[in-house]
Formats: sequence, C-alpha cells, structure tokens
Amino acid sequence: MRLLEVENLRTSFFTPAGEVKAVDGVSFSLDHGKVLGIVGESGSGKSVTAYSILQILTQPGRIVGGSVRFRGKELVGAPESEIRAIRGNKISIIFQDPMTSLTPVYTIENQLVEAISLHTDRNKRQSRDRALEMLQLVGINDPEKRLKQYAHELSGGMRQRVMIAMALACEPDILIADEPTTALDVTIQAQILELMDRLQKQLGMAIIMITHDLGVIANLCDEVIVMYAGRAAERGIAREIFYNPKHEYTKGLLRSIPNIENDEKEQLVPISGTPVDLLNLPGGCAFAPRCDHAMKICLREHPREISVAQYHLSSCWRNVEEGIRTGMLETDETGEPIRIREAIPAEGGRTL
Amino acid sequence: MSAKFTGYLLRRFGMALLTIFLVIVITFATMHAIPASPFSSEKAKSDATIAALEAKYGFDKPLPVQFLNYIKGIARFDFGLSTAWVGSTVFGLIRNGFSYSAIIGLCAAVLALLLGLVLGSVSALNRGGIIDQVIQVITIALVSMPSFVLATLFLLFFGLRLKWFPTLGTQPGGLFLPILSLALYPMAYTTRLQRSSMLDVLGQDFIRTARAKGLHWYKVVFKHALKCALIPIVTYAGPMMANILVGSMVVENIFSVPGLGRLFVNSMLRTDYMIIMGITIFLAILIVLMNFLCDILYKVIDPRIQLS
Repeated sequence: MRLLEVENLRTSFFTPAGEVKAVDGVSFSLDHGKVLGIVGESGSGKSVTAYSILQILTQPGRIVGGSVRFRGKELVGAPESEIRAIRGNKISIIFQDPMTSLTPVYTIENQLVEAISLHTDRNKRQSRDRALEMLQLVGINDPEKRLKQYAHELSGGMRQRVMIAMALACEPDILIADEPTTALDVTIQAQILELMDRLQKQLGMAIIMITHDLGVIANLCDEVIVMYAGRAAERGIAREIFYNPKHEYTKGLLRSIPNIENDEKEQLVPISGTPVDLLNLPGGCAFAPRCDHAMKICLREHPREISVAQYHLSSCWRNVEEGIRTGMLETDETGEPIRIREAIPAEGGRTL
Repeated sequence: MSAKFTGYLLRRFGMALLTIFLVIVITFATMHAIPASPFSSEKAKSDATIAALEAKYGFDKPLPVQFLNYIKGIARFDFGLSTAWVGSTVFGLIRNGFSYSAIIGLCAAVLALLLGLVLGSVSALNRGGIIDQVIQVITIALVSMPSFVLATLFLLFFGLRLKWFPTLGTQPGGLFLPILSLALYPMAYTTRLQRSSMLDVLGQDFIRTARAKGLHWYKVVFKHALKCALIPIVTYAGPMMANILVGSMVVENIFSVPGLGRLFVNSMLRTDYMIIMGITIFLAILIVLMNFLCDILYKVIDPRIQLS
C-alpha cells in the first residue's frame, strides 16, 4: 500500500465569471520517506493540489472529482472529523508566507501547545515540553524565551522554523511544504531548505515540496511533477526530469535557468507568451499556444499521458509523434498510445 | 514592561487632566461670552434684585476670580449651584440625571455590542446566504434610520397601539423602549463592522494554518478569528459607550426620562450655564476615561500594539 495516492484529482473554483478548473485531473503517489517535488508557474495548481489533499480549500473552491487515499483510506467525501484527525497529525503543511501564517494575538507557546495537545494525549506540561523540544529541533536559539513571544517579535526565518516545528510536532507521515522559502531572503532560504533536508533524514517523513524553483527541486526531491494549467505535464524520478525532459514545457523551464558553471556568455531563453487563462482553456494541450513545436493535433486534442521511459511519464503529442516515427510506440487494443517501447515499467506495473 | 506601563499610565493621566482643563477653559469662556444672563426673564427684575442674585452666585466678581473659584470647586466635586432650579446643586442634578441615563446607556451599549458581535459573526460565517442577506437588509435600515424616528415609532406602536410597554420612562418597565431605541443604531453599526472585520480575518493566512492544524471550525472561528476581529470593534465601542452613557436628548425627551440628556436640554432653555458647564465637563471626563479604557483593552487584545 502506498502512503498517499492521488488519482485524477479535480478541484474547481466556482467564481461569478465561471468555473475555474484549478486542478484538472492530477494523479501521483507517494511512498514513505520520499520527497516529491511539484513544480510549476503561478496558477498551475500546485498549491490547490496541496490544499485539496488536506481539504483546506477556501470558498468557492471544492473538490469535484477524483480520489485521495491516505494509507488506503479514501479522504475525498470522508466526514470532516476524520479529515481533522489527519490534518496536522498525519499530514502537516507549512505555507509560503511565514509572516502572516501565525495568529498574531497568541503566543508561540499557545499555538504550538494547541497543535500538540489536539492530536496527542499529552497534558499541558508535557505539551509544553514537547513544544520546547521541537523548537530546539528546528534550531531556534533561546527557545524558552521564544515560547513566550508573539509572531511579530520573530524574524521571517524564525517564524518559518516555528511553522516547521508546529507541523512536525505530532510526527506526521507527510509534510507538505507550500513554497516554504519563496517569501524569505536567499540566505534564510538556504538555511530553511537545509533544515528540512536534515529533518527529513532524521525523522523519515515524506515531503511534498511545492515550488517554482527548479533548483530547490533538484537538490531535495526524489520524484518530480511538472504542472501546467492544472494538469501534470510531465512526471517521473528527478534524474529523468532533469536530464531527459520530454515535455516541451519542462524543456522550456530548464532552458530558462542560468547555469553558473558555464563561462560562456549564454542567453537565457524565456518561455514566450503568458500563462493560460484558466477560465478560458484552449481545446487541446494547454501549453500549445506557447509551444514552439505545436502541431495541429496539439490545438485540437489533449494529449494522453504516456510512459516515455522507465519511471517517466509525459503528456505531449510530440512524444507520440516521435514514437510513431521511430516505430517504438506501443498502443492498446483501441489504438490509444500507452508507452514508448523501451520504457518498460517496473514490476507490478508501477507508475509514478 | 511594568515600568514602561506605569510611565504610560502617568503620561496618559497628565494628558487627561490637560484635556479636561482645556474643556473647562473653553466652556467657561463660551458660557460667559453669550449675551443672555441666567437671571433674565420676561418679567423685568429690578436692578437691585439682579445685583443681589449675582452677588449670591458670585457672578459679580471679576471673571478671572470666578474662574479660579470654579476650578477650586471642581477639585472638590462642587460644580456650583443651579440658577434655574433654585436650591439644587449642579452635582446633585447631574447625579440624579445620570442615574437614569447610565442605566439606559449601559443596557443599550451591552445589548448593542452583544447582539452586534453575534449577528455580525453569524452574517460573516454565512456570507452570501439567506441569513446574511436578511441581516444586511435589517442593519442597513437601522443604520439609516435616525433614533428619533425609531423612538417615535416605538412609542406609537408598542406604547400606544399595542400597549405592551408604558410610554413614560419613570413608570415600571418604562425604560425598555428607550433602551431599545438607543441600542438599535449602535447594534446595527456593530453588526456591520463585525461582519466586515470577521470576513477580513477569515481570509487571512493564519486561519488556514489553524484549519491545517486539524482544529474544529468553532475553535478556528472563536479562538483564532474572533480575537483579531474584535480590534476594530474596540475602536468603535469606546466613544460609542461614552456617547450613549451621557444620555440621548431626543430619546429621553420622547419617553420623558428625567435623564442627563433631558437635563441638558432644559438647562439650555433656561440658560442655566452652571449646569451646561457641569454636564459638558462631566461628558469630557467620561470620554477621556472611555478612550483610556479602550487603549488598555487594545493592548490586552493585540500584543502588537505599543503603548506610548
């Protein structure tokens, strides 16, 4: 049994202007102790995917389909009380902006103890001891003093450490990090990432790292999902995504990263165009209007996700076309493409 | 912290004294600048009578001396003698009137704040729903209706037509209608304020954190959201309390409540400037006190606020 299985998850926001399909059929799974990166530009549905797992979406957003299974237990449609027992306990989340993510009118101690005593049967004293222990674990100096302080008395980096302490206090199986370093300055970013890396090895929880920073993904993640317009454009193990990208969007993203080791004067290639309007999605591949290699079919029909290599899936017509050209494409009995032949899935038909 | 706080209290107290002193100076000067005398009446008095009266009240002395005497009196809670109600002290009259106004005001303020907080929160939590819309319509109507219209309508329907409540404030149960007429406007205002404040807070990131912790929604709302949402309410509640406590001239007149507001109007009609000054100064003291309490309450609710 996988730790977390997300299958064809669809989440929409029902705005006065119409239905915004923020997440439109995302599937992935996560094993114990693995780090999964979700990368994509603003509005690609990364955060909404995370919020959908914990069902902390705000109005007018709601899950409209698909399934989220935690240790085999279906969460979509489960009673609120069961979800609450998982939130902050089995699956925790830290957010992008630590400046505003702590309640300003309660002390750090109050908020940490609240989380701890909610999910464990520690009494007040034991909860406080645990809070202290967690603050030490995340490397906060003078933790006794910090407990007594309010969020506005701490720096951004310290607040994010407090958030991490709060998220990990109940020893969750999964930590979702929703752009945990975006709002911090660069040196603090590195410290926080290092801390997360250390804690992950120390405590062994799985992490879902949501970011738009490919560098963060490359350092930390075992597996990567590249999202575009609410769907997974490409997903697979990190090595495959970085060294063997198959989707035009992923290739574009990688071309737009500066390379510090390259001495030559290298021009960065931005992806042209603007992100799609989710209210007005194109009929075919959502990336087609910005894609330099778009074909007729790209504009007409959404590409199927096919296996392009071992542990590597991509949704791009170019992969299908290439498969046909080289004669390596395998189809199912109805003629739908399923995989490029050399991409033999591992035993048990494992897909990521 | 505590030394800082004591310093703050002392500074604040000094400021309050200064404010009240300025109010005394200004009212004293204004009152003595008006041409009408408390002793002028339709039936002309002889010059000797007026001179005797002025001597009795001390109005024959030069203004600076009168002012000094007045200040000395106030320090002993002696606001002088009423000229219109012969034989009564200003302090006694104010105390008497305030005993009515304070009850009405306190009940109205508590009613307004409690109902306003509950209705505003309910409205925010049901945003866009039927309950919210009903509350919105009612509060808009109440906010835009002046209290004298409401009071007259209440008097007419509940007092005269339905005879549910007595029409005179001094009768048993007679304070109910004045309390209601006085409470509805601040209640509606508090509701609207609380609704927008609550909606604002519910959209904040820390609410998401609280939910992600696994807290029950009532804990999220009543522990995390409510305390933050109260901050604008406190700003409004202080002056509102002071305003409502000193009595409403209109409502007290409509229901014939012998409160401070009515006393104020009557003393103006009879140019009893000792009472006018007395009430004005009393009001100033009350407002200064309420603002001070508000500031303390702020600090209690919001640790980010620096008292200085």
